[in-house]
Parts: sequence; structure tokens; C-alpha cells
Amino acid sequence: MTTLAPEPAPATKPPAARPQSRLASLLKARETGILLALVAFLAVTTAINPRFVFSTDGFRDLFLTPSILVVLAVGQAMVIITRNVDLSVGSILGLTAYLAGRLFLDTGLPILVVVLLAVLAGAVLGLVNGMLVAFARVPALVITLGTLYVYRGIYLQWAGSDRINASDIPDGLLSFGTSSLLGIPQLAIVSFVVLAVAAYWMRTSRGGRELYAIGSDPAAATLYGLKDKQRILTAFAASGALAGLAGILYVARYGTISSGVGFGIELEAVGAAVIGGVAIFGGSGTVVGAAIGAYLLTSIDRGLPILGIPDFWQRAVVGLLILGAIVLDKVLAERQHKKLLAERHRS
Amino acid sequence: MSATSTPPRTPEKGSATTTRTYADSARPLPLRLLLTRDAAVLGLLVAVVSYSVVAIPNFDSQLTIYFLVLDIAPILLIALPMTLVIVTGEIDLSVASIVAVTSVLFGVLTREGAPIALAAVLAVLAGALAGAVNGLLVTKLGLPSLAVTIGTLALYRGVAVGLLGTTAITDWPDTWTDAVTATFGESQIPVIVVPLAVAAALFGLLLHLTSFGRGLFAIGLSSESARFSGVDVERTKLVAFVLTGLVSGIAGVYFTLRYGSSRGDNATGLELQVIAAVLLGGVSIFGGRGAIPGVLGGVLLIGVIGSALRLDGQSANVIQIVTGVLLIASVVSAALLGWVSRRVRRRPPTAAEAAPPAVPTAGGM
Repeated sequence: MTTLAPEPAPATKPPAARPQSRLASLLKARETGILLALVAFLAVTTAINPRFVFSTDGFRDLFLTPSILVVLAVGQAMVIITRNVDLSVGSILGLTAYLAGRLFLDTGLPILVVVLLAVLAGAVLGLVNGMLVAFARVPALVITLGTLYVYRGIYLQWAGSDRINASDIPDGLLSFGTSSLLGIPQLAIVSFVVLAVAAYWMRTSRGGRELYAIGSDPAAATLYGLKDKQRILTAFAASGALAGLAGILYVARYGTISSGVGFGIELEAVGAAVIGGVAIFGGSGTVVGAAIGAYLLTSIDRGLPILGIPDFWQRAVVGLLILGAIVLDKVLAERQHKKLLAERHRS
Repeated sequence: MSATSTPPRTPEKGSATTTRTYADSARPLPLRLLLTRDAAVLGLLVAVVSYSVVAIPNFDSQLTIYFLVLDIAPILLIALPMTLVIVTGEIDLSVASIVAVTSVLFGVLTREGAPIALAAVLAVLAGALAGAVNGLLVTKLGLPSLAVTIGTLALYRGVAVGLLGTTAITDWPDTWTDAVTATFGESQIPVIVVPLAVAAALFGLLLHLTSFGRGLFAIGLSSESARFSGVDVERTKLVAFVLTGLVSGIAGVYFTLRYGSSRGDNATGLELQVIAAVLLGGVSIFGGRGAIPGVLGGVLLIGVIGSALRLDGQSANVIQIVTGVLLIASVVSAALLGWVSRRVRRRPPTAAEAAPPAVPTAGGM
């Protein structure tokens, strides 16, 4: 899986070929396909039940429900692009959500300070993952599987049978979690901001491009002199910090923090990234794709009953989507590979 | 995960850190047997058991052993074929979902009037089929097993939950549930240790004493050179995945009868415990290295630590933390030891060191 797959304009074009127009490259982008799938799904469900999108609640949920998963998927995409994976995000989410709840309950710290502390705690937990992965040179799958257990264990041990209720959470945060600005829920706005910053950084900054370089060929990146360890640390710290932010969003959205918070959401985050075209072997895909993948996952979750499918089948549909996405990526990558070979023969 | 199942195009996997050789035959046999990861795990196991017997009241009671065996049975069963899969450099995250879907299928078929024995056979076959789907996607389409089995993890779990919803099938005839939890005569030794031991022996033979098993190691070390030396890479991997599905199906039937309940959320998270046990047992996640005795040690270690901590009054959360730390420590320590030994070897040999037959193996440098 090298960088070939969905990069819009390959850098090694022969001079004879005309540069692709922006429209053409936009239409060809992997993200467009998944966006079309999302639009098609929303169109069908809305045709059956207009309330799915065209009611106040429906419109709000359309943006509100995915916001937590979008934040997680953005962080996950950054890690997967470096040819790693972060399975501990669900546990980090739970731990930081409980930390925030405890801070509200036990201290009188202002909301903003608590938010910052939770994000910082997430970043530190992510940094632990990153250090173990970067310095021990052990696959991230194993390390983050281990920290998944450790972080969750710490959270459950700390929380015991306690449970933090909405009444313990400051009203300011709770109303932030449910209110809207210009018709768009504020939590969704937070996720848009995160997405925009991450997408801009990944696309234009040196650090972002180096994440792609490391993921598409780690050995070459090291030989080239990229600071691979530092970049991998950055990616994991970002993923952890975003999981911490997702923990705060969870508190704001639901108010209640019980032992099950964040359980199993790591696989949804990985699934969203894969569905959105982030190759599991790194080097290709975008955070925007991962975010659209998250929208598709949550919309399907909400939309299945409207299509007459009991929502018990939701996970089966998600599984089929993930499989479909990786098969599609494989086909696209092979086609691109053949095209590049043909071009080389012609010149 | 990085180098686990990189498409075979890239000849050298990763950097020099992943260079491996077969056991260094230059050293004397006792040393070779003692200085392995297997021996380390088994030694740790003995240490934990002896400490627990001395320090934790009731640990040496027969009842402890009874529940220990019944609880680790599904992990032990699935860890065996999972070892084969990981040795080839692939991974299967969907095993717990296969346990759930076969458990549900077993329940539904029985509810619809099928004889229990027939339902059990069909459920196990369904497990094999689920494994075959994984295997075909990995071998025929050349997809990464990590992504494929994350997908089928959701798919199979979804089918299990979809078939039964939140209901459970709980009326199982006593003759069947008792058969699973039966003990030898008056003792508290469960009868299932016999099939477990047979399964472990069979997989040990398959992995270590057959050409199929050598093929698994060859694929894990380099699938390209395995292919050139005549190993049917695709068929071998496919068989490993089918076996994993089949055994997960057996574990599904066991799980159903053991808890007398067929539910869609049975065995949630079991895949992580299985993989933790296998890696703890010294199987390299990069493939090409590992052994069944070590894996058995890993499974038992997780089980013993769990029951010791529980008897000591610790909560399940502490057990989770310990499991996670052990998993991380097992891989980090391997990396650390490799780093140290490379450091030692790279040092220019002094006259005294150069004299004895140090490490003159072919690929060891």
C-alpha cells in the first residue's frame, strides 16, 4: 500500500499530460464516493420519512450525534496514516470524561480549565502510547491493546460503582452540549473546527506531510532523515488529546458518566477512518474522509429503523460497509498501479 | 501492526530490528531450551503459582482449579489456532464475534426444533465458514487481515445481535449443560481438561512437527521466500483462518452450554484476551516465531493471575490493568532484550571474546 491510492494529482506526471482540472480531481477523490454514499443514504431515508432530516430534532441529530465520533475519527486517521493504530481511544475517552466529572464534583474549577485539563490528560495518555510505540519499536496494535486494558482498568478502579449524574455537571457545559448556534448544534461546530484545523495541518504543513511520508514507507522516511519518532509521538498525542476532547463532548452531551462510557468506540473510530478511505497500511487517506465515514456510520445507525431494518442489524451493516470500503480501496489502488505502469511503458 | 501483513511486494520487512533467525543451533541444547521466551513465560507462571499457593488463602483448593479451567477454556481453545494465524504474520480480531454468532445459531437452531447434537455440529460448521470468509478475503483478494477482521468483527457480531436482539435462549437440557461442567468422580477436576489437552497436543503437533507447520513459520518470516521454496502461501493461510473459525465455533457451543445462555452479546471482548494471551506466550506479532507451550503458559498465566487476584479480594479492574501491563511488558521486554543483544554484538570483539565459538551463524549478523 504505497501512496498511490487516492492522492488527487500524482507528482510524477509526465510533462506531456495536462494537469488535471480541479473539478476532475475533486470528482475522482476517494472522499467524493463516500460523500455520495452518505447523501444517497440520507436521500432514501428522508424520502421514506421526511422527519429524518426535515424536522428540528432530525436536523439537529444529523449533526449532533456524529460529533463525538468525528473528533475520534480525525485523531484515529492521523495515527493510521503513519501506519499505526490507536485502540485505546475508547478507554481514554472514558477516563477523561470521568476525570472531568470528578473535577466538577470535587473542585470549583471553571469549565474552561476543566476542559483544558481533560484534553491535556488525553494528550499525556496518548503520549504514553506514542513513546512505547516509537521507542520500543513494537507494533501499535499490541501497545494500544495493552493500554486499552490499562486505561480502562484505571478508570473503572477509580470510579468504582460511582456514577456522575447530570446534576453534578455545571449547567453551562450541559447547555453548551444541547444548544445550537444558527441552527447548528454547538458540539457539531466544535467537531467542524477540529476537522478544519486537522485537515489544513495534514494537507499543508510540513509535519502533516511527513506523517504521510512515514506511513507510506517508514524505512525510506528514516533514511531521508525525517524525525519519524517525533512525528509518531505527535500523531499519538493528537489522537489522545482529541479523545480527551471527545470525553468532554460526551459529558456535555449526555451528562451521565457511568462505567460503560466509550466502551468499544475505538473500533467505530477505526471503522469510520477505513470507510472514509484511510488505508490501514498508512500513507493515504484524509481526515475529511474519516469524518465523512463517521457521519455515514452514525447516520446508518439512526436511519436503519426507517428503512424497515431493526436497529439490531446496525453492526452487521457497519461490518459490510468496512469490508466494502477496503475491497473498493484495493480495486482502486490496483487500477492506479496499472495506469502508472502503462504510463511508464509509454514514455 | 505495521509490518504484520504488509503486501509481499516489499522484500525486507521494516528495518534491521525485525531480522530474525531460527534458533541458534551453535549453543548447547539445555541452554537453547532454557533461554527462550517460552521458558520465561513458564518460569513466570511457576513463580506466580508458587507465590499464590503460599500467600493467598484457598488458592490451592480444588474449587479454584475448577473455575480456573472452566473460565479459561474458551481463551485456551481459540488461542491455539490464533497462534497459527499470528505465526503467519496475520491476525484475526473476529473470533469473539464468531463465538457469539455460533452461540446464537446454536440457540436458534435448537429453539426451532433441531436435535441439540445436530445444532451443535451446524454451529461449528458455521464458525468454520465464518473463518473461511476471513481467509478468502485475505488470501484471494490480498486484503490486510487487520482491516478485514475489524470488518467481520462488526459483521458477525451484528448478525448475532440481529438474529436474537436483546433476547436470550436459556432453556438448555441439564444433560448437556452438566456434561460441560462435569467433574471426574468426587474430585473437582473438570472433565473438559481432557479435550483441552487433546486440542493443545493436536495443535502443538500441527505447528511444530508437520510440514504445514513449518510452512506457517516460513510464511511469517518471509512469504515471498516461502512461496519460492514451495509453500502454498494462500492455501496455508486459508487453512489457518478456517481452523480459527472452526475452533471459535466449538468455543461458541461451549460458551452457550457453560453459561446456559445463547445471547448476541456473548463473549464480548474475548478477542483481546485471546490475543493478549498469545502474545504474552512469546508469539511474535510480526510472524515467524512462537510455540504452543509458550502460548499455553500465556493463557494459564492470565487465568492464574486473574483467579489469584480475585481470591485476594481485588476487583476485576485490577485484573484488567495487570493484563494490560503484562501484554505491554512482554513485547517491550522482547524489544529491549533485542536492542541490548544487538548492542553487545556490535561491540568490536576483543581477542578473548573472538576466540570461543560466539555467534557465527549465517543470518545472525
